[in-house]
Amino acid sequence: MESFTPLTAMLGGALIGLATAVLWLGNGRIAGISGIFGQLLPPAQTVVWRLVFLVALVAATFAAARLFPGLGAGGDSPARLVEAPAAWGIPTPAWLAIAGLLTGLGTKIGNGCTSGHGVCGLARLSLRSLLATLVFFGVAVITVAVTGVV
Amino acid sequence: MANLKLPYLAAAALSGALFGAGLYVSQMVDPLKVLRFLDFGAIPAGGWDPSLAFVMGAALIVMFIAVQLGKRRSAPLFDTAFHEPEYRRVDRRLVGGAALFGIGWGMAGICPGPAISLIAFLPDNLWIFLLAMFAGSLAGSVVIPSGHARRLADAQ
Repeated sequence: MESFTPLTAMLGGALIGLATAVLWLGNGRIAGISGIFGQLLPPAQTVVWRLVFLVALVAATFAAARLFPGLGAGGDSPARLVEAPAAWGIPTPAWLAIAGLLTGLGTKIGNGCTSGHGVCGLARLSLRSLLATLVFFGVAVITVAVTGVV
Repeated sequence: MANLKLPYLAAAALSGALFGAGLYVSQMVDPLKVLRFLDFGAIPAGGWDPSLAFVMGAALIVMFIAVQLGKRRSAPLFDTAFHEPEYRRVDRRLVGGAALFGIGWGMAGICPGPAISLIAFLPDNLWIFLLAMFAGSLAGSVVIPSGHARRLADAQ
């Protein structure tokens, strides 16, 4: 349990909640990341605010890591992605490509991810979001158990 | 139709910045920390990391309050209407999409928010994941018939 960090988890979670609150009360928009980047390419008239949001997100992640380097990955220890479990015989880049493909495809078809369904949708008491959240959490837990990626 | 007013874009920037800071502070930028939450098999041995539930819980409480505040207004501060998702039906697409996303999330521990925020640190292989995620999202908009996609897009 040494990796359990309840205080920073709640503080960071509150910041994320504040982020979704600002976008909702300010602009009436759902801060769902898959929705925000998923509509960058089509001739969407909303592309400017989406880009502004994403650039600010990356910049703030970078700045927060410089200001508070003690929080681990990205701060004083390098951020790294998983390696493919050896037993599966799949090279890591291919493993990550499959994972990325499923993440993009699934969030587009299911119309939301952890932020759009998991935070915004649940807070709006949306039945769709509740179901989606239960499904993707459940399937992710099963996937981790089956793949042995941790 | 495109809203380029300064307060509107400033709100988007502030929201993105808070989101990025929150992802770093909560350590949800770290795929391994996310996976240690999803690894329920570690519960009996005591190696499970429940942090992600605390992140979600805190975010939900704050957003729930914001939604209640929003209900007292007819419009947000910088736009003419709340863009509430209009599509309410629970259907196979919702469940199937969420299941596919769950597989991807369980394989890599990266959901879309952290995927973008990791650009700040450029870990090895990140571009592969990001390009694949983008390609997957594009493929998804082909799978979804255009009328449906437009309705969803309008609702967002």
